[in-house]
Amino acid sequence: MQVIDLRGVSCPTNFVKAKLALEVLDNGTVVQMLIDDGEPVKNVPRSLKADGHRLIGLQQAADGHYVLELEKVEE
Amino acid sequence: MSETPAKIDLNNLKAGGFIKERGKDLFTVRLRVPGGRMSIPRLKKIADVAEKFGGEFVHLSVRQSIELININYKHFDAVVEELGEASQKVASCGARIRVPVACGGCEYNPNGLVDTQKNALEVDEKLFGTPTGHHKFKVAFAGCPFDCPKSATNDVGFQGAVYPALDRDACISCGLCVKNCTPQALVMGADNKPHFTSEKCIWCGDCVKVCPTAAWTAAKTGYTVRIGGKWGRNPLVGTVFAIFLPEEKAVDFIAAVVAWYKEKAASLGRIRLGDVIIREGAQALIDHLKKDFPEYVVTETVAPQVINTQAGVFTVSGQE
Repeated sequence: MQVIDLRGVSCPTNFVKAKLALEVLDNGTVVQMLIDDGEPVKNVPRSLKADGHRLIGLQQAADGHYVLELEKVEE
Repeated sequence: MSETPAKIDLNNLKAGGFIKERGKDLFTVRLRVPGGRMSIPRLKKIADVAEKFGGEFVHLSVRQSIELININYKHFDAVVEELGEASQKVASCGARIRVPVACGGCEYNPNGLVDTQKNALEVDEKLFGTPTGHHKFKVAFAGCPFDCPKSATNDVGFQGAVYPALDRDACISCGLCVKNCTPQALVMGADNKPHFTSEKCIWCGDCVKVCPTAAWTAAKTGYTVRIGGKWGRNPLVGTVFAIFLPEEKAVDFIAAVVAWYKEKAASLGRIRLGDVIIREGAQALIDHLKKDFPEYVVTETVAPQVINTQAGVFTVSGQE
């Protein structure tokens, strides 16, 4: 599964980075996004959902960041 | 002395909005901009009028108005007429219901839960300029509990609110809602589903917004209404008198508060609503509002809260 690393990038740059990464993928592709704890994990999943993508799950990794599983949905 | 006096339609001045400046003959003209929304054609017209009659700048007021500076009183009629060509009206000052303030609302702001702009326009249309008989009366609409307009510092302040409800079967236990819940009203239970403590909830709706499967939905949407706030020399923070008040009831609710204010402040002179509530007790206002809004008014609350903003100790040297 493709991993998009959004760690170390603050809002809203991380969201824009995610959008750019998703742009080149085929509709229906499932990816993992690595998202920092704090504001990023509160904002980025919500914004991706609002863009129409399907959020599948969220898990915290041992070192504190989050792994968001997401399916690209193009309307 | 031989000059003929300027002709001015004094009806234009009735609601206020023309404010005396330091300079002789000069006034500030405060424009009516409910909710701070300004169409581009109106903005252009205002720029034209300001350039023609005003000083070298305009002032953006704290309450979302554009104020034309250095307007000579002899030009009042011309200013009103030319602004009117773009449907731009003059605002008010004094002991009246003022132009409501509002955030951007829910049309383009992802945090907005309610249509604050629509409410601001409606209140402006139906209540603007109403004399209170006592003091100014300010209203603000905030679309969510982030509350950029600082609703609790207004005589009546509205804050968008959502009551969340969970469809447990649709929940995939992703934990995003728990992660997003700033006041920790949601915690993950042993069954791997979020558990809701309503006493901790501030009704922000973040759980609804983030939920990937729409397991969280808004069971109720409306306003948390705080009453009795003000700022200035003796600041008061308004307290909650109603919860989940529907958007379409905002105008009637304000009118009911104003009616109580007018009656209870009779003979008290220039006094703000919050100070009247402190005198009468919060329960008196609750009882009044319960008559028309029984489903939304709280059963009990506290009077507006005094904030001691003068607590710092300062000694003027030589005067100990």
